[in-house]
Amino acid sequence: MTGMTVLTEGARRAAPRWLIRHETLLAAILIVALAILGLFNDRFLTVDNLLNQGRLMTEVGIIALPMTFIIITGGIDLSVGSVVGLCAIMLGYSWKNFGFPLPLAIVFSLGVGAAAGFVNGLLITRVRVPPLIMTIATLALYRGLAEGVSQAHSVRNYPEWFFFVGQGELFGVPTQLWILLVGIIVAGIALDRTTFGRSLYAIGNNETAARFSGLPVDRVKLLIYTLSGLAAGVSAWVLVSRVTTTRSDMGIGYELDVIAAVVLGGTSIFGGAGTIWGTVVGLVMIQLLKNGLALTGVKGDATIIVIGVVLIASTLIASSLQRRR
Amino acid sequence: MSATIIAPARAGEGGFLRAFASQEGLLAFAIVAVAILVGLDNARFLAVRNLSDIILGNAYIAVAAVGMSMVIVSGNIDISVGALIGVLATISGSLAVAGAPLALVWAAPLIVGVLVMMLQGAVIAYLKIPAIVVTLGMLSILKGGLISVTGGRWITDLPESFHLADIELFGILPMPVVIMVAATILAAFWMRYSARGRAIYATGGNAEAARLVGVSPQRTVVMVFALHGFFAGIAALLFATQLKVIQSTVPPNLELTVITAAVVGGVSILGGVGTVVGSTLAAVLIAEIASALVFINVSPYWIHAVQGVLILVTVVADILRRRRRLAGG
Repeated sequence: MTGMTVLTEGARRAAPRWLIRHETLLAAILIVALAILGLFNDRFLTVDNLLNQGRLMTEVGIIALPMTFIIITGGIDLSVGSVVGLCAIMLGYSWKNFGFPLPLAIVFSLGVGAAAGFVNGLLITRVRVPPLIMTIATLALYRGLAEGVSQAHSVRNYPEWFFFVGQGELFGVPTQLWILLVGIIVAGIALDRTTFGRSLYAIGNNETAARFSGLPVDRVKLLIYTLSGLAAGVSAWVLVSRVTTTRSDMGIGYELDVIAAVVLGGTSIFGGAGTIWGTVVGLVMIQLLKNGLALTGVKGDATIIVIGVVLIASTLIASSLQRRR
Repeated sequence: MSATIIAPARAGEGGFLRAFASQEGLLAFAIVAVAILVGLDNARFLAVRNLSDIILGNAYIAVAAVGMSMVIVSGNIDISVGALIGVLATISGSLAVAGAPLALVWAAPLIVGVLVMMLQGAVIAYLKIPAIVVTLGMLSILKGGLISVTGGRWITDLPESFHLADIELFGILPMPVVIMVAATILAAFWMRYSARGRAIYATGGNAEAARLVGVSPQRTVVMVFALHGFFAGIAALLFATQLKVIQSTVPPNLELTVITAAVVGGVSILGGVGTVVGSTLAAVLIAEIASALVFINVSPYWIHAVQGVLILVTVVADILRRRRRLAGG
């Protein structure tokens, strides 16, 4: 047990010093970007626009929270976009074709998401399949299941109440933003204030040492991959509710947005360092970048170029900062 | 720990050969077995026309999988190759329509492919950024770039001479098959018998050990990515010239099919092991299964699920086999 204390103390001392720098830097850039975008476009800095951007950010944001956990342990989950597609199909299909009542269909699709993540975690921990290749395989498998089950048919005609989560408001704020907010607080506390959170850093810094320190490494990993699948399920629910239809191609490319936000937020792709706070700043930056580009007339397809550049550049900068230290 | 380091090297000639033979033999057996089983259910599947369509239409995947195999053997991964093939096909097609000389039309995708992949390889090798991050970023840059430049417009009115895939050598041998077989055999011999080819295995098996015996892992990775770009260029040419129009978009999930072919072909995702003969056989098998689904009245929408299962089964089998070999001695 003493080994663990030493380890987590070490992680705590080592990580924040440069992370704080990284995040303050990021927050400063964010404020400058906000000011510039606001200056150039008077539709940008309005409460309506900002709340609407929050609405659009939620689907990627919910998944970015467990992804932060996973990347801190040195793992990755590329299957999240496909899990979103699979859950969306399961929600619509079980309601339309199995005749499930809609609330049950929602719970069922969340269960499918968690199960999809659990399968990833199980093979990663039991068979020791590298997370990268495991989740590339399920990126194909889960998308294939979504396509196979739905036969590319979409599901529509959801009842009015179902749209509350994706389109409604609660106390003047988009409903799904509350879900994201609760998620952020819970994930932030879990990462920063619990032994579970500390063990994520320990695993990312030195998995063998974490194992010898008696940490339940496999159980922790199984949990975070399951959480990732569950979060993708919640994301699918919010997405279907927002766009009012279910299609098997939903969530394609989400892995890029999610990983870019997490890495931009200062989480080390090599594991061992990262914060939820950073991920949130990364998320907001990417969403504002998209919005700002859209407002200045850049088409949606061109924004993914920028996100690709942001992903590579932020990894480069982070790793060169780390090396200098 | 030392066992892990020594094992691939010690497996040497005999062990390697046996492992390869089994994976390749298994794939060849699977290709024949699927043909017989599906043929029993629906004899039209065995029509020469159908079988040749399967191979002709998918030869470009096998060619791309040759490069992907090298990348994975070196211990890396590339998920940008599908997007790159889309971009290269569009470049070549645009040049052809603009009336550029045929040599340039055919050479351009090879050159651009090598340059883009070399750049990625250099970032991965020298700046030590994980391949998944670099190639994921490049995937979206290429994908977004292609759609914003072309607006998704189709390229039509391609000159007759452009269609490399339609050429039949000596009047009977279709070009895609010739290129697929030649690329596979040349790459297989080069990887097996040349010093640089062996360096790929050394780098993927144990980069530190490779460095100690005088192999530069960095230079090897850049070289592997450059070759991968070259094969992607050839694949793009075959892909572009087999149809009368080029769609100017990224073929969806093409990178997954290429990765599946490489992995199912016996290229170990742990690096250091694998042959391109296996990956070519696997590409044929995957194409055969995709075609077979239609003939046995299973919706082709299941193909990605089949690919996912194929990767999982191969990877798990590979890991269990390695574990047993390690435990055994």
